[in-house]
Amino acid sequence: MTAVAASLNDADLTAAEDRTAVRTRSVGRPLLYGALVLCALLTLLPFYWVVSGSLRGLDEIRADPGAWVPQHVTLDNFVRLFRTEGFGRFLTNSVLVALMVVIGNIVAASAAGYALAKLEFAGRRLAFGAVMAAMMVPFTTVFVTQFVITVDMGLADTLTGIALPGVALPLSVFIMRQYAQSVPDELLEAARIDGAGEFRIFFRIFLPLAGPAVATITIMSFLTSWNNFIWPLIVAQSTSSYTLPVGLAATSQAAQHVTDYGLVLAGALVVMLPVLVLFLFLQRYFVQGIAGSGMR
Amino acid sequence: MTTTLVPGARSKGRRSRHTAVAWLFLAPFAAVFVLYTAIPTVAALGFSLTDLRGSDLRHPLAVDFTGLDNYLRLFQDPTFLRDILNTAVFVAVGVPLTMAIGFALAVALNSGIRRMRGVFRTVFFAPVVTNIVAVALIWQYAFNAGGTVNKALGYVGLAGPNWLDDPHLAMPVVILLGVWRNFGTAMVLFLAGLQAVPEDVYEAAALDGAGKWRQLRHITLPLLLPTTLMVSVLLTVFYLQVFDEPYLLTDGGPLGSTESVSLYTYHQFGSGQLGMSSAASFVMLLLVLLVSVVQFRLLRPRT
Repeated sequence: MTAVAASLNDADLTAAEDRTAVRTRSVGRPLLYGALVLCALLTLLPFYWVVSGSLRGLDEIRADPGAWVPQHVTLDNFVRLFRTEGFGRFLTNSVLVALMVVIGNIVAASAAGYALAKLEFAGRRLAFGAVMAAMMVPFTTVFVTQFVITVDMGLADTLTGIALPGVALPLSVFIMRQYAQSVPDELLEAARIDGAGEFRIFFRIFLPLAGPAVATITIMSFLTSWNNFIWPLIVAQSTSSYTLPVGLAATSQAAQHVTDYGLVLAGALVVMLPVLVLFLFLQRYFVQGIAGSGMR
Repeated sequence: MTTTLVPGARSKGRRSRHTAVAWLFLAPFAAVFVLYTAIPTVAALGFSLTDLRGSDLRHPLAVDFTGLDNYLRLFQDPTFLRDILNTAVFVAVGVPLTMAIGFALAVALNSGIRRMRGVFRTVFFAPVVTNIVAVALIWQYAFNAGGTVNKALGYVGLAGPNWLDDPHLAMPVVILLGVWRNFGTAMVLFLAGLQAVPEDVYEAAALDGAGKWRQLRHITLPLLLPTTLMVSVLLTVFYLQVFDEPYLLTDGGPLGSTESVSLYTYHQFGSGQLGMSSAASFVMLLLVLLVSVVQFRLLRPRT
């Protein structure tokens, strides 16, 4: 499985391309490209709709909601969006929750993943079973009690209450464990012989080597937190603790009654954009992280 | 992914010293796990055997143990049975469709093309990372009675319906959103599987005169069986739990035609029927476990 994950590296992709290039040169290449371009355009349609729709003015959308091309391009929807009551608050909340989740995952998952891969201890199978169970148990099964516990801890309607269940994601632990397994034992053993303590070994020897895994964990936990919707919806009871997706859903419900699709689409674009931009630059980590979730 | 057993060189003393350190390292994860997975799972089972209601949470002792009553009621509830059927449709249509698209794109991208390959991969994977609330709103805008989809249909002379308000058409639109969002994951996993197939197998087949289609059928498909199983199980678990798409697009409507089991659980929770909600959620857990057990059985020999 490590091999599969590793083969997603760009270097390997190019190598594979070189080998396969010989194979299918004769096949109807234009046909293949035509089909791929068509699929790509279909895939991109929703992105086109959100951009073109959010650039159309209120009157224009009311007059002809389904038009594909804006008559007059305007940023009016975005101006109105940022003036919408609470929108800045939702944005700040989303950032704060994501920050807690990312920091939590870096700390908790690095330590747990390292222990699972590199330390020999009583209860290791049990601990690994817990990681698997946490990945498997449906949110549907646990959310009622999670909510009761959150209320009992006095964390209902707080950002901490929203972030807490996500601060040690099993996927992060799994990613770090996979990575730690590839670090040679000899390295750690040598430090032990030199008399280094376990914490020193973890912080000074292992962590500096774990950069790629920490990057994947950072991105995956940010993605999870930023896109999370149901849990924040359940925990946040007042608009002051709404995250962006929850706020967007609430705003849109109000706006759709007055068919203010321009505002709704502008909001949708603002919510989508940070992750899409990150994805464009750090694609490799996203792909590894999501592919990793399939490789249990 | 085998558990690496450290060679017996270690003394018992070190092992026990590691045990303390290791659990210290594991403590944050373990705490979150106990609080948000272990306790809630056990509690869900417990709740499902009682007549717990939202109003009882302040007086837990007023709750009665009702045994399997909730489960019996569940399977006599036409709404729940309809939702099981809806969920089955999500799985039966969504999984094969997602896999077929993901597989076709993976094969296309792996067939030796070079130009734009990275661009295609980025485009096809982008839906996976896109915020679902945002996309659902775009979907509502597009599939509205006067939306962009119907506008396009109008150009070819077709009068488009109000998709999400039609009990027969809402489901396909909701499934389409699920497929759009998931085929990129399937594609990436298939690509990884394809790249693990050794090149000389194809060369040998080509020397023996096997054409592209025969290579695909007799080499690629059989060698990709483990990947296919893994992807199908992953997607099955995913579609079984489908919630976001129907919740955001239709809230289960119109007339409950898109309500999934997860959405049923949520609606029961919303109306304070915590016992029933927990029973339904436990049925979901059992279904997911069942699929996972099948996964382990089928995939064990390889790993």
